[in-house]
Amino acid sequence: MKETEGYSSDSNLSSFCHKSGIKCGFLFHDGEFYSGIIIGISDGVRNARGVFMVEALLSPPALPPASLPPTSRRKGGVFSNTFSDLLFGVVTRGAALLTLALLLGILLSLFIGAWPAIERYGLGFLTHNAWDPVREDFGGMVMIYGTLMTSAIALLIAVPVSFGIALFLTELSPAWLKRPLGTAIELLAAVPSIVYGMWGLMVFGPVLARYVQQPLQAWLGDTPFFGSLVSGPPVGIGILSAGIILSIMIIPFIASVMRDVFDVTPPLLKESAYGLGATTWEVIWKIVLPYTRAGVLGGIMLGLGRALGETMAVTFVIGNMNQLRSPSLFEAANSITSALANEFAEAAPGMHQAALIYLGLILFLITFVVLVFSRLLLLRLQKNEGTRA
Amino acid sequence: MNALPDSSTNPEVSANHKARAAFFARRKRINQAALTLSLAAMVFGVFWLMWILWETLWLGFGGLSLTLFTQSTPPPNDAGGLANALFGSFLMVAAATFIGAPIGVLSGIYLAEYHPRGALAVTVRFVNDLLLSAPSIVIGLFVYAIIVIRFQRFSGWAGAAALSLIVIPVVIRTTENMLALIPSSLREAAYALGAPKWKVILHVTLNAARAGVITGILLAVARISGETAPLLFTALNNQFWTSDLSGPTANLPVTIFQFAMSPYENWQQLAWVGVFLITLAVLGLNILARLLSRHK
Amino acid sequence: MTLIMTDTPTPSLPPVKMSVRNLDFYYGKFHALKNINLDIPANRVTAFIGPSGCGKSTLLRAFNRMYELYPDQRATGEILLDGENLLTSRQDVALIRARIGMVFQKPTPFPMSIFDNIAFGVKLFERLSLIDLEERVEWALKKAALWEEVKDKLRQGGASLSGGQQQRLCIARGIAIKPELLLLDEPCSALDPISTARVEELIAELKKDYTVVIVTHNMQQAARVSDYTAYMYLGDLVEFGETEQMFFKPNRRETEDYITGRFG
Repeated sequence: MKETEGYSSDSNLSSFCHKSGIKCGFLFHDGEFYSGIIIGISDGVRNARGVFMVEALLSPPALPPASLPPTSRRKGGVFSNTFSDLLFGVVTRGAALLTLALLLGILLSLFIGAWPAIERYGLGFLTHNAWDPVREDFGGMVMIYGTLMTSAIALLIAVPVSFGIALFLTELSPAWLKRPLGTAIELLAAVPSIVYGMWGLMVFGPVLARYVQQPLQAWLGDTPFFGSLVSGPPVGIGILSAGIILSIMIIPFIASVMRDVFDVTPPLLKESAYGLGATTWEVIWKIVLPYTRAGVLGGIMLGLGRALGETMAVTFVIGNMNQLRSPSLFEAANSITSALANEFAEAAPGMHQAALIYLGLILFLITFVVLVFSRLLLLRLQKNEGTRA
Repeated sequence: MNALPDSSTNPEVSANHKARAAFFARRKRINQAALTLSLAAMVFGVFWLMWILWETLWLGFGGLSLTLFTQSTPPPNDAGGLANALFGSFLMVAAATFIGAPIGVLSGIYLAEYHPRGALAVTVRFVNDLLLSAPSIVIGLFVYAIIVIRFQRFSGWAGAAALSLIVIPVVIRTTENMLALIPSSLREAAYALGAPKWKVILHVTLNAARAGVITGILLAVARISGETAPLLFTALNNQFWTSDLSGPTANLPVTIFQFAMSPYENWQQLAWVGVFLITLAVLGLNILARLLSRHK
Repeated sequence: MTLIMTDTPTPSLPPVKMSVRNLDFYYGKFHALKNINLDIPANRVTAFIGPSGCGKSTLLRAFNRMYELYPDQRATGEILLDGENLLTSRQDVALIRARIGMVFQKPTPFPMSIFDNIAFGVKLFERLSLIDLEERVEWALKKAALWEEVKDKLRQGGASLSGGQQQRLCIARGIAIKPELLLLDEPCSALDPISTARVEELIAELKKDYTVVIVTHNMQQAARVSDYTAYMYLGDLVEFGETEQMFFKPNRRETEDYITGRFG
């Protein structure tokens, strides 16, 4: 180890280090005297300005003359650096605080905007089944039901399918297919929801009506309960349609999270189970899934959050009709997001707008609850693991 | 050696084998069923996704023409293009990125470099997760309340503001994650030279995490390029070409929404083309971001 | 390279549990094991030693076909367990693995209780009543010299144990399914000296009922616990023989150099 004192603005140092593959820190030229490379700093020299230890290095090129008094140059620098440090700290802190302010701002503005409706209906809004802009009578039950129902259908389909996809990608896929399929799934998570919505309306809806709804109606039409579940005009629009589109949309999210957490399961753990004679399925179901349950749960919650707050994929296909008379999964209905998307821009200021904002507030609170709930669950899982570790 | 006796003649052992084999047959069937279902799930997932992409490419590609980029959105049953919508979208996305990305990067720096375990950082991290999962239409409501109502008009700026609120949490998250990956020895090395904190952060850590941070910004841009919901009652839409963001501004997502829901054939055709363009742009940005982060 | 066994006649050789014949192993194009021939005696401890990358773990992982989890790895030749070739066996690989227990470099407790850790493997192959199951778990934990330490906390997670206890839990898990052969892949590499000593005692105890094969990078450990030792280098089996003879008067110069530390 050779200790070298000095500073250099020469980039040969860093390029040497780069070429020789030595693990080193770079300090970038900043017009002053802090540049060079550093290896293996001990605590003792951490505060020694301008001293850096260079291991197995060529003689440092172009050292400035020793007569140059560093202190005189540094004085002004120290002052301005202290000030800049302070300023930079304040700016970043301010940016962080802005994020907090944003949340408060959103909550506050929604609350204020919704106040007339909150004042008039209170919590009864949640179970009030009416939406009449003409008589100014509003209740959120239809939309809340639509939002929860479509999300439930979406999860019901997406969770098992995503699990199967993740299982396939981690355990079954031939090596050459793993990467392309994994990348495809990740890219599909990025496709904007309006694409899903439009495809749902133009392509999928008619197919669903023709090949699922009509046969079901023909088959169950006269049965008392099931018949009403499948009634409605055969256009492929409604809760089921929206739920299916949502599920297709969130499958990539859940599947890629599950695949990631399955992938980081220690190979030795899996080999231990295989070593006892377990089958692939037993290893996944009894070892990998319990081991990764926190991550898996996180992925599912991510998907649920997406589904609840999704606007475009739902608005296109749910039909935007405020009815709850029919329990049919094929009858046009409404969700919070699609009510907002369709009505808000044209809603008259006053009770109509306030009721819509109230719906937005409820939606925000639902996603908030989902997030907090998943956090608490994660915390509990981690705490359990903590006491066991 | 071969002449030595082996232990396979032990009757107890071979009986044990038979019992195991019988019990195992059932487990093996379950395993095969499960793995078959897994394959089916993969096929199922890929089938839908391919179908969607195929329709988009097929119907969108067919409508491509030069007039798309030279003419504004037409009235029903008339020829036209998407020039105004593309331009308006571009302006708003650019403005949103320029507003949101610096704020996001700075907050990310605070979370990673200043008190990562402090109360403020923990709170901000949680709030950020909340904002990340907040429905984008609620962001639109918020901007409507604080900007549209204040200025008594829908405007491109309001749209840009709404989009920037989506950029911020995405960028915060990626910036923080990327900075956290930088080994602390690098920071210590820089501090050992006597560099002040802000220089260490800007010139060393942020520089080292540059590719990751840019990737995050690109992903945020990709995300807002297709966002529709927050624009519905902020930027609204505009039938005409405008570069003035202080009034309603044409944009691609809302145009697609309106055209797709309309009964006019030419509008629907343009909507498909619009969806095609958006998909292309978003996937392109994502692939670019991937290449960038892999290159590093 | 062929083995030198014939030069060292040992009249009292025990029966052979496993024979390896002309085994070659490949990681993709890399030839990791070259024509290995070896007989593993029953109810004895056989140690594989050699420098890192010599193929000793690879050989061990071939014994229970663990390598099949990874598509680019393959083996050719014969591995005979009681005369049956495992590599071409029509039996399902899971059934083969149930006959061969394995313990790894690091403890790998499953994410479940101590009891379930042991019961997991048992339940894969036998349908036992709860009482029988409890009996079996107790038996396995006693065999692994862990019973006294955990008998009051069987419902706690396996991860709550110390590293040494976890490793003994894994050994108990391995023997609970009553295998015929026990493979130990550097079982003490993550343990402190005291835990190591306990595991070594346990190994000496286990050979009464099982055939044990242990991979170790620690020559003292091989000398302490094993009856037979195989020295491997760069994918070749250089020498195989009784441990005492290997350590005191090896036949090959390479073995002597490695054992006396003049290696490399």
